[in-house]
Amino acid sequence: MTPRYSSLAEIQKDLGSGSITLPELVRYYLQQIENKKHLNAFIEVFAEEALQRAEELQKKWDSGERGKLIGMVVGLKDNLCFKDHQVTASSKILEGFTSLYTGTAVQRLLDEDAIVIGRLSCDEFAMGSSNEKSVYGPVLNPVNEKCVPGGSSGGSAAAVAADLCLATLGSDTGGSIRQPAAYTNIVGLKPTYGRISRYGLIAYASSFDQIGPMTHQIEDSFLMLEVMSGPDGMDGTLYASGYHKEAIPASPMKIAVLKDCLHREGLNSEIKSRFLNLIEKLKESGHTVEEVNFPYVDQLVPAYYVLTTAEASSNLSRFDGIHYGYRAKDAKGIEATYKQSRTEGFGTEVKRRIMLGTFVLSSGYYDAYYSRAQKVRRVIQNKTNEILSQYDVIITPTTADTAFEMGKKSADPIAMYLEDIFTVQANLTGHPAISIPLGKKENGMPFALQILAPAFQENQLLQAAKQMEQCISGF
Amino acid sequence: MEEMVESTAVKNIPYDDYELVVGLEVHMQLSTQSKAYSSDANLFGELPNTLISPISLGHPGTLPVVNAKSIDCAIQLGLAMNMQIHQDMYFARKNYFYADLPKGYQITQDKTPICTGGFLDIKDENDQVKRINITRAHLEEDAGKSMHDQDPFDTLIDLNRAGVPLIEVVSEPDLRSSKEAYNYLTELRKLVRYLGICDGNMEEGSMRCDANISVRKKGDTHFNTRCEVKNMNSIRNVQRAIEYEMKRQIECVENGETIVQETRNFDAPSGTTQSMRSKERAHDYRYFPEPDILPLHITLEKIESIKSQLPALPQELVAKYTQKLGLSEYDALVITQEKELALWFEEVIQKTTEYKMAANWVMGPIKALLNERAIEISQMTLSPDQLVGILNLIASGKVSSSTAAEKILPVLFDQPQSDASEIAQQMNLVQDAGDDEIEKIAQDILAAWPDKVAAYQAGNKGLMGLFMGELMKKSQGKANPKVASGIIQKLLDK
Amino acid sequence: MKIDNETVERLADLAKLELSPAAKEEMVKDLTNMLDFIDQLKEVDVEGVEPLIFVNETTKNVLRPDEVKQEITQEEALKNAPQKDMYYFRVPKVMNQA
Repeated sequence: MTPRYSSLAEIQKDLGSGSITLPELVRYYLQQIENKKHLNAFIEVFAEEALQRAEELQKKWDSGERGKLIGMVVGLKDNLCFKDHQVTASSKILEGFTSLYTGTAVQRLLDEDAIVIGRLSCDEFAMGSSNEKSVYGPVLNPVNEKCVPGGSSGGSAAAVAADLCLATLGSDTGGSIRQPAAYTNIVGLKPTYGRISRYGLIAYASSFDQIGPMTHQIEDSFLMLEVMSGPDGMDGTLYASGYHKEAIPASPMKIAVLKDCLHREGLNSEIKSRFLNLIEKLKESGHTVEEVNFPYVDQLVPAYYVLTTAEASSNLSRFDGIHYGYRAKDAKGIEATYKQSRTEGFGTEVKRRIMLGTFVLSSGYYDAYYSRAQKVRRVIQNKTNEILSQYDVIITPTTADTAFEMGKKSADPIAMYLEDIFTVQANLTGHPAISIPLGKKENGMPFALQILAPAFQENQLLQAAKQMEQCISGF
Repeated sequence: MEEMVESTAVKNIPYDDYELVVGLEVHMQLSTQSKAYSSDANLFGELPNTLISPISLGHPGTLPVVNAKSIDCAIQLGLAMNMQIHQDMYFARKNYFYADLPKGYQITQDKTPICTGGFLDIKDENDQVKRINITRAHLEEDAGKSMHDQDPFDTLIDLNRAGVPLIEVVSEPDLRSSKEAYNYLTELRKLVRYLGICDGNMEEGSMRCDANISVRKKGDTHFNTRCEVKNMNSIRNVQRAIEYEMKRQIECVENGETIVQETRNFDAPSGTTQSMRSKERAHDYRYFPEPDILPLHITLEKIESIKSQLPALPQELVAKYTQKLGLSEYDALVITQEKELALWFEEVIQKTTEYKMAANWVMGPIKALLNERAIEISQMTLSPDQLVGILNLIASGKVSSSTAAEKILPVLFDQPQSDASEIAQQMNLVQDAGDDEIEKIAQDILAAWPDKVAAYQAGNKGLMGLFMGELMKKSQGKANPKVASGIIQKLLDK
Repeated sequence: MKIDNETVERLADLAKLELSPAAKEEMVKDLTNMLDFIDQLKEVDVEGVEPLIFVNETTKNVLRPDEVKQEITQEEALKNAPQKDMYYFRVPKVMNQA
């Protein structure tokens, strides 16, 4: 399944040679979307609008007055606001909701001449790891259609992997970009918390959420990050200046491997052996690779669940059937309107998390759960920083196994939560992390390498990713 | 007979054995241009749902960004009430569902209020200064408005007010009478108006007050169960509610009933309070740190700079007027009652040293004219320079006080461009008649009334008034009365 | 920690959710399991550790100047309302039987 274009550079080259025009490119992707409709990745395709924009941008191309992302056709996860377009977080509770504004990340892509082709399914309110929890039904993994694409940005991953557009935006609260990227054999980048404005991203857990790109090539992800990053005056947690992509020359790196992840029961043996191969290869190439202790692996997911559900229980209070979105039919009175609309509008997993979050914040339990989890979060961040003060990057497999068959984990919430065991660390600590393809099992299912770098050191992450990609391609 | 028994029972309740314990929570809307966490306008009385943004509507994907001015306002108020301004704080979410709270939570400050521990001096029942301790002041946001009785079928919701910045000032339970509560609110309102951070209008709701009220036997030091009374839309009503609630609670205790800790609603027409007995379960607001707003850090330089720019405050002005300018406390209080008048008076005393006379003019002719014409001090065009002009004319003996008040002041009220001496000249009111001229007129008068002169010389000294009146009339007010009476005296004594 | 029916009811009320008897039973089980899972947090010694509230600790303030930007209209404000008139959001009241 080789995509026609796997990087923006290739597209811009063909636009330059005249071997393709922007309208032709958009028509190609629209045809692809039509052909792969059964994957259920797109909820809505902005066909006419995208074509019209392609016509206009072609004129810009011809005039030479080109934005950085001209030629990039992108899809948006259904939790990113785009003025005058519907956005629903793949939930019934936002049925028919139209955004009154465009979020910063999307606006900045548009300002650099990207074309938005449609919106992509995700797990409801980005809560899930399989994209089975969308009100629009499950998304299929293009690598193996019996399997899930991962989640919550499953539609975004499937769309890139199936060549339905060049790149997509996802959001990552606990691994929602990196895990589906791993499951569909593409690149997924979660920037440092506070790099990209969250204005226009429907909140799941405010202190964890980050928007990020999903692409075929590493370079494109960092290019998109550069365009989207930096303060906008609309996100009160964003104070750092924007990211500027710079190529750091290849040089030997000090790489930490988390012993407790690598030797963990449950890590698939094929993934483990490939990972060990990579370590050898890296050493051969002159890098230092050392196993380090990280004794908090068992606390990662519990801390994540306490804190994210607490924040979510509050963030999702605005969906109340009063001011916008779904309202239960025949609800009378404000109290009943709340209860009936929310009960009918949210899916089971969302309700479960709202209930857990309400519990951990409630009087009498705050200290034992919420406050304790915040303390554990600090312990985890301190330990991670300590490792990153001695090493350039930390590597782990992105996931413990490859994409699973649909329905296999739906009955057991905790098994589903453990999908994120290697990815939540970067969200708890705020560090930037990327998932890049590492290999395939004998059955053809892809798995990936996760690299984690110090906060706001995305160029270091880029350099590490490029060097490791080179090692991997030498297998 | 039955009625007699009942009234005897009431009479027997020893109200005087009890004392009142009141603490007030006052919410004040800050007079910023835009809202607390978004850029939509902070205005009163506009069409419903016009002062809104995706943020104040609580739309998905929106985030709050703190209005810098709201922080400045809180620091100003904290400094003015001698509070500690905290340099580091974070915001918190208070979670509850309410139709006019579109996010489902209020952004407020919980464990880290911006200001703590200060005081406000007020007058007690006996007009003595009493210090009321302030527990804390913190920033939060207002909710919109739900209207349940405008439409027969639906509740209507207006979100114009949603997100308007509020500061909540919580006092210690130091107030011991409804009069003290009245004085506290009046003083607080005066303070925020001087600072220009809130217009303090309880009727429009820009200032709102909840009262925590309990009673105890005089001499007791512990606090008893309190009730929180809400919905009093004037300072007077706060006083009424407290009076009613005190009586109710004393009767409750005396009749052996238990006072329930609850929220009570004040009903203005009947002057009573009623339990709001909500069917909902006990509130659990699940406060937690607001993750969408970075912790706020206020530098010492910032606090110093605000301190150095604080305007003169009413109590400082009263002290200055009584101690330095020699005004009576009463006059000082009246002049400082309203910020506009005090600022105006401040300008006057920059330009004259006739402080006492200036105060008398403000308290007398100027207030009288304002009353007569039913205009507010803020609408008065009379300038400090114009008053100083009048004072100078009087001091130099060119115009009498009464002439100035009756003839010149009304003209200056209408003519902001004119000055007093110009008007005095135009109206021919300057007492500039020479001694010779006055003596000539006096001689004419005395010559015309020989019988009156004889009567005077026979002892009817009261006739002096007649001669003076005649002289002033003939001189058309241009004679200095002191000079004139000297001259008449001299002629009569000859 | 074992979650009971009463706790689930109280939480559902706070969260404005209605649970059918079956859903309630399921929720009791799920929450109990999740809390058992979360109990692994107790294995970390957090004595003397300050709660982490913000991952990026900074003394920089992100504040907004007090300027008015009125970017949407009344019509837009009400556009997504499930029920509205020209001016207001509307919610049906509970009618008395009488």
